[in-house]
This record gives sequence, structure tokens and C-alpha cells, in this order.
Amino acid sequence: MPQDTLLDQADEAGGPRRRDAPPSGPAAPARRRLLGPQNRTLWFWVFVGPFALGLGLFTYVPLGWSVYLSFFDAHNTVSPTDFVGLDNYAAMLRDDAFTDSLVTFLVFTAFIVPATFLLSLSLALMVNRLRWAQAFFRSVFFLPVACSYVVAALIWKMSIFNGVRFGLANTVLGWFGADQIAWLSTTDPPWYWLVIVTVRLWLQAGFYMVLFLAGLQRIPRHLYEAAAVDGARPGWQVFRYITFPQLRATSIAVTLLLVINAFQAFDEFYNLLSDSRGYPPYARPPLVYLYYTALGQGQNLGLGSAGAVILALIIAVVTVAQARWFGLGRKED
Amino acid sequence: MRKPLGRDPHTPAPGARAPGVREPRVRDPLVREPLVRVGRALRLVLLIALALLFLIPFYLLVRNGLSREEDITSAEWTFFPSELRWSNIGELFDDPNVPMAHALLNSSLIAVATTLGTLLLASLAGYGLARIPYRYANVVFYWILGTLMVPAAVTFVPTFVLVSSLGWVSTLRGLVVPTLFSAFAAFVFRQYFLGFPRELEDAARVDGLGYWRTYWRVVVPNSRPVFAAVGTIVFIGAWNSFLWPLVIGQDREAWTVQVALSTFTTAQTVNIHELFVAAAVSILPLLVVFLFLQRYIVAGVERSGIDD
Repeated sequence: MPQDTLLDQADEAGGPRRRDAPPSGPAAPARRRLLGPQNRTLWFWVFVGPFALGLGLFTYVPLGWSVYLSFFDAHNTVSPTDFVGLDNYAAMLRDDAFTDSLVTFLVFTAFIVPATFLLSLSLALMVNRLRWAQAFFRSVFFLPVACSYVVAALIWKMSIFNGVRFGLANTVLGWFGADQIAWLSTTDPPWYWLVIVTVRLWLQAGFYMVLFLAGLQRIPRHLYEAAAVDGARPGWQVFRYITFPQLRATSIAVTLLLVINAFQAFDEFYNLLSDSRGYPPYARPPLVYLYYTALGQGQNLGLGSAGAVILALIIAVVTVAQARWFGLGRKED
Repeated sequence: MRKPLGRDPHTPAPGARAPGVREPRVRDPLVREPLVRVGRALRLVLLIALALLFLIPFYLLVRNGLSREEDITSAEWTFFPSELRWSNIGELFDDPNVPMAHALLNSSLIAVATTLGTLLLASLAGYGLARIPYRYANVVFYWILGTLMVPAAVTFVPTFVLVSSLGWVSTLRGLVVPTLFSAFAAFVFRQYFLGFPRELEDAARVDGLGYWRTYWRVVVPNSRPVFAAVGTIVFIGAWNSFLWPLVIGQDREAWTVQVALSTFTTAQTVNIHELFVAAAVSILPLLVVFLFLQRYIVAGVERSGIDD
């Protein structure tokens, strides 16, 4: 890191000696090795230590423990004795419900990623070119970000896509003489996807719009001036050859975030689809599946841990693959 | 990463590519003007329509929350309830089946504690990584960055295992402490402090202040916007978070607002108007935070996405 060397030099050359610098004497070299020049090692750990330790305790330890548990038959216990080898993994991968949950994730991603990308980019382009009321429109589209998935799912399930006749969507259908639809309990055609995808679309679009707006404002003005001089028609040509290529970094970041967030979807699925009888057999994304396996009736923590490990591996591989594909990961700064 | 990226080498220079547009043309303003105006008007109409669409859920929240039950479930759709029943709010807090006041208290405590704790821990870590030279700083940095690869949502089962063996299930401790170590927040702070003007710190060092006092007396007071940006994002996330409170807050006593709302949505024993007034009450604190601190939130979102 260039910054470190710079600071080292600055400190060595002109920096004042700290008052609590290690005393010279026979013990000095050992202490100096331990605490670093000017106690820097000590201070580094004072600043970073609590955080790094907590991260170890609440992320790495559970992960390690989970890998350990995944090799045991652990029903309702966290200190199992019944070693089963790779049985949990085999059971997990053979379980249709688990593979179905991965398919659910793929379908969900195929809907939500392009939809959110296009809507948020369009909103950003339109809001960016407004001459007045820009702040107003930005606030309106951004406001749903403050809403929780629980509240949004509640509005969608109980009011907009309520399957009975007083639901808003069915009321609108009624105006056009169409039949009522039981939005969340019909599997053929799977109308529930419309409900699930629109919740997230409404809630997230403003967030990504702000990212795109920031990206748009970083595009140097002179590029547009040059394009105008060259005779590029405003509109599609300028967008195709100037705006979109300049938004490359933002587009990559948005796509990565959208996929990772889709993988973690839980709140809206759970709140839209589960009721007093439990969760229906369809539309179970990975986390919902994991929730019911590990914390449901059986509390099969061994099996749940194996599932968590598999999902963690998948998401790590997907993230790295995406980053490679987009050419990130190489040092840029 | 904030510098504008150069043009993709595979994309030829604009203007050189599209045939027929090479010649600089001087446009006749009389020909172009009407088209531009129509386009602008269409765009505005579209934006207004989309804005109304985006506001519908908020409208429904208020409409249903302040209606009588009969008005909501009536076959005839009414855009505005026949009377605004503000007494629904009182009814909600009087209902012994709905621990709304307690849930609001829990959510407030959790959100405030999570925000303060995250800001303290992540900013210290970010500053140490950005400014204190140490031979193994890179190792520590990758140790922190590595957890970004494994999102917290995937580790909820193992973390639940740990928290339950600590005996922290259904306690505020269990709800707050495991969420305090946000690699994302530490990363944002590190990036910010790398760009912090070094002259200010050097001046403090000349005055004999060590790292600790330089940090608290010079760096923190000059970094309020980044603290506000990260703080509001963390606060919103903590208030709205659902999966972890659902897993840990098993007793009624430990329910957050989100868990309470979810329980009543799925139980289907509560009145619709009561459910909606509860939902409206639950997002009110956030809307206040949101309207007053929007520019910090926007700044935080920009940081979170671009430096990711």
C-alpha cells in the first residue's frame, strides 16, 4: 500500500516523537518489536482490534462451527456426538425441496434484476434531465426505501393484491369486466410472481435510481458538448455512445448488488406467502427453505448447517465469478 | 474508484461510428423546438404517472388505517373513507392482543444501540486501517473484507447456534450485538479516511496529540457528514430488519415492530384497519428521519454503491 509507506516516511522524518514512546534500554528491542515504532502496533490494535475480534466471534466462529455441525446428526443440539460424515450434504443435494429453492432463486433473479435495472435507470435518466421539481421527484421515488419489506408485503397482500373483491387489483380488473384473481394462491398461471416481484421493485428502484443519478452526474459535460459538435442526435445516439458506456462502473455495481440481494430474499416471500397454516410448497427461495429446515419443527441444525455452507459457497463463487466476468478485482485504486 | 472511468476501448469514439452523422450540422431551431417540447412534455407526464403509482401504497396505508372496517371490506371501492377515524390509533394501543407500544420501544432501543455501536466500532476500525501503518494491516483488511463475500443472511443459522448457546435468545443483547460488526460500514469509513486531509492530523500531531486524541479531537469533529450518512443507513436497516429479529426474538417480550406486524399479518386474526394503522405507526419514525436527513441518506447510498 503506497499510503503506508508515505506515512512511514513522514513519521520517521518529521513526525514528533510521541511522549509515551518506548524507553531505551536493554528491554527496548523486544518491546519495540511487540508495540511497533511509536507504539503503532499497539494503537493499530486499539483501533481495529475490537471490530476484528467481533467479526471473528460473530462471523468466522459461527461459520466454522457450522461446518463442524454439518458433519453431525444435530437435532435440537449444538454439541452433537453422532458423526455422519457427508450424509447431511448428500441429503441436502438429494432433497428436491432444496434444489427447487435454487430454481426459485434463479426465476426470481431473472425477473427482478432486469426489471429493477431498467426501471431505476429510466427513472434516473428522466429525473436527471428535469429542470424543476427534480428534488420532489427524486424524493417520491426514493421514499419507499424507508419502508420495510414487512410493511410493503402487508400492503401488497392485504390491500393491493388481496384475492377477494375489495383488493385494489381486483377492483381495477372489475372496472374492465375481468374476473377476480386469487393472486397469491393461484399456481397456474403463477400470479404470485407478479406480487413478489412488484414489492421488491417498488421498494428498491429508488435506491438504485440514486446510484445511477450519482453516476450520471459524474459524466464530464465536455463529452456531451463534443458529441453535439460531432452531430450526434440527442436521445438514443447520445445514450448509446456516451451515457451508457460512461455508466459502466455504476451498472456493474448495481447488477452485483441486485443479484446478491435477490439471493438473500426472505422478508417479502415469508410475509406474503406464509399464513397460519404455514408456508405453501411453492415459491420457496433458499433462505425460506433454510429457515424452516434449521429452525422449524425438527430444528435439524446439522442439515441446516450443511445447507448454509452450500449457500455460502454458492454465493462466494457467484460473487467472484461475476467480479471476474466484469473485470473487477484487479487493482483499480 | 471515484474517478470517472475512461471510455471502453472496444467502443469507438462517438460520432466516428454512426454513419450519416459525421458532418457537423447546424440545426434549424424552428424545426427542432416543437419536437423537443413534445418530448419534454411526454417525459413529464410519464414521470407524474409513475410518481402517482409509487405513492399508491402510502395512500393505501393511510386510507385503510383511518377507515372503518366496513368501508375497507365493502364491495364498492371508495377512494376516501366516509370518515377519518383517528380513534383507530387509540384502539391499536389499547388492544391487549397487540403489544405495539412494547414493540416500538424494542425497535427504538435496538435501532439506536445498533447505530451508535456500529458507528463507534466501524469508524475506529476504518481509521486504523486507513491511517496507522502496521505490517499486517493488509491481512486484517482482507479478514474484514472476506465477510462481505458471505452475507449475514446466509450465516443466520450458524449465528443463531452461537447466540443460543450463549443464552442470548429473546434478549436485546442477542438482537443487537451480532449485528454490530458491519464490514460494509468499516469499508466505507476506511475509504473516507484515506481521503481525509492529512494536514489537519499533522497539525494535531505537532501539538503532541497521539493517534487516539487526534482521532477524537480532530478527525471525528471534521467528519460529521460521513457519520450522518452511515448512521442513517444503519438506523433504517436496523429498524426495518426482519429475519434476525424473527429468529432471535422468539418471546413476545422481545418482538420488534416488524416481527409484531408480521405475526399479525400471517395470523389473520386482527382487523385490517388495525393492521394498517399499526403499519403506518411503524413507518412514521422512519419517514421523519428520512425527510430531515434525506441528503445524508442519499450521500450514504452513493457511497455504499460506488465504493462497493
